Amino acid sequence: MSLATALFTHLEMSFLGVLMGCIVGILLATLLKDKAGASKIVFTVIDIIQTIPTLAMLIFLMLVFGLNNTTVIIAIFLYSLFPITRNTYVGLANVPEGVLRAGRGLGMTNLQLYLRVELPIALPVILSGLRLAIISALGIATTGVFIGAGGLGMLIWRGIQTRNMAMLLSGAVPVSAMAILFEILFTYIEKKLTNRTSQKRKGEL
Amino acid sequence: MSDLIAYYTAHSDMVFTAIQEHILISLTAVCFGFLVASPAGIALTKHPRTAAIVLGFFSAVNTIPSIVLLGVAMMILGIGFWPSTAVLFLYSLLPIMRNTYTGITGVDEKYIKAARGMGMSRVQILTKVQIPLALPVIIAGIRLSAIYIISWATLSAFIGAGGLGDLIWMGLQSYNFNLVLCGAIPATLLALAASGLLTFAENMASRTLHRGGDAA
Repeated sequence: MSLATALFTHLEMSFLGVLMGCIVGILLATLLKDKAGASKIVFTVIDIIQTIPTLAMLIFLMLVFGLNNTTVIIAIFLYSLFPITRNTYVGLANVPEGVLRAGRGLGMTNLQLYLRVELPIALPVILSGLRLAIISALGIATTGVFIGAGGLGMLIWRGIQTRNMAMLLSGAVPVSAMAILFEILFTYIEKKLTNRTSQKRKGEL
Repeated sequence: MSDLIAYYTAHSDMVFTAIQEHILISLTAVCFGFLVASPAGIALTKHPRTAAIVLGFFSAVNTIPSIVLLGVAMMILGIGFWPSTAVLFLYSLLPIMRNTYTGITGVDEKYIKAARGMGMSRVQILTKVQIPLALPVIIAGIRLSAIYIISWATLSAFIGAGGLGDLIWMGLQSYNFNLVLCGAIPATLLALAASGLLTFAENMASRTLHRGGDAA
């Protein structure tokens, strides 16, 4: 497997998993808004998922989905739920009441209010959750090699097995560089957006 | 399922040894992590500019997937307990250091002023005011560290450190899924137990604060 293919597979698995996490997580957080009881239950479940060791999670999913990339994508999806749902929930909960009233006063419907006021104000917090999700996704995708998935983990693992430092680094450098790059990029965007809206909110990850 | 239970009862010794190894690796890493990271976090509160650099460096380290550093450590330090514990130690630093730092810097200025007004020395303010108030946040950092380390310790089996990852690895290689589960299930339970225990400690710490601190 060439470096380019490995890189592509790695990114594909990470992005697909996080994308699913975004869709489900943001929807879930939106539905849970103002429902304290239900939120408590859902967050406890997501918290437990988050605590399961990566390799163990891959093993459990492997028994259902088999030895392939799909298993890794599902694992990434499950792990991305925590940062994305949590941060979206916190972001939406912290939209100032006055802004909502102003929007309503302008005659906005609930949907307009959500899309044009609440989501944009919550965006920096949501992005910070997305950043955590993507970075952990890159790591999970690397671990995927143990259950037969492709990606850069394969090069790293081959390097470890053959004690070939060059081979190991050919997988390790791109994966670490991507992680650090995403961290810097997202932190930058968050800072830009946060300056435009307001300070860090309580309970944000 | 009954298959798994039968397999487990036949091999409970092996599973038990693996659990012990796993706890030993994780505990060593997190304890050393705590011993280094919490004083470092406290020291950094006096130097905000250095803090930004140090915390930034460790967040970069923590974004690197664990198998990468484990692999590199194996090449340089060899296989076994210490190389993997060293890597896990490195990973355990950030959550503890960051939470200690944010916990201590997050203490309201008015308490520090009040303590100073009562004639407390700097050390007294730190040990009697700042640390107790920051304790729940610090414990939350330890919890985060412990969960990560227990998870990543399963990977350290691949560089010969033993633990529950060993069972998973042997099972995967021989397509023995009972063996794989004998590693994966205890690893999950261990992570959940550590998380539960430290959440409890965290709640206790904040409850003690609120009971004694209502005058605040």
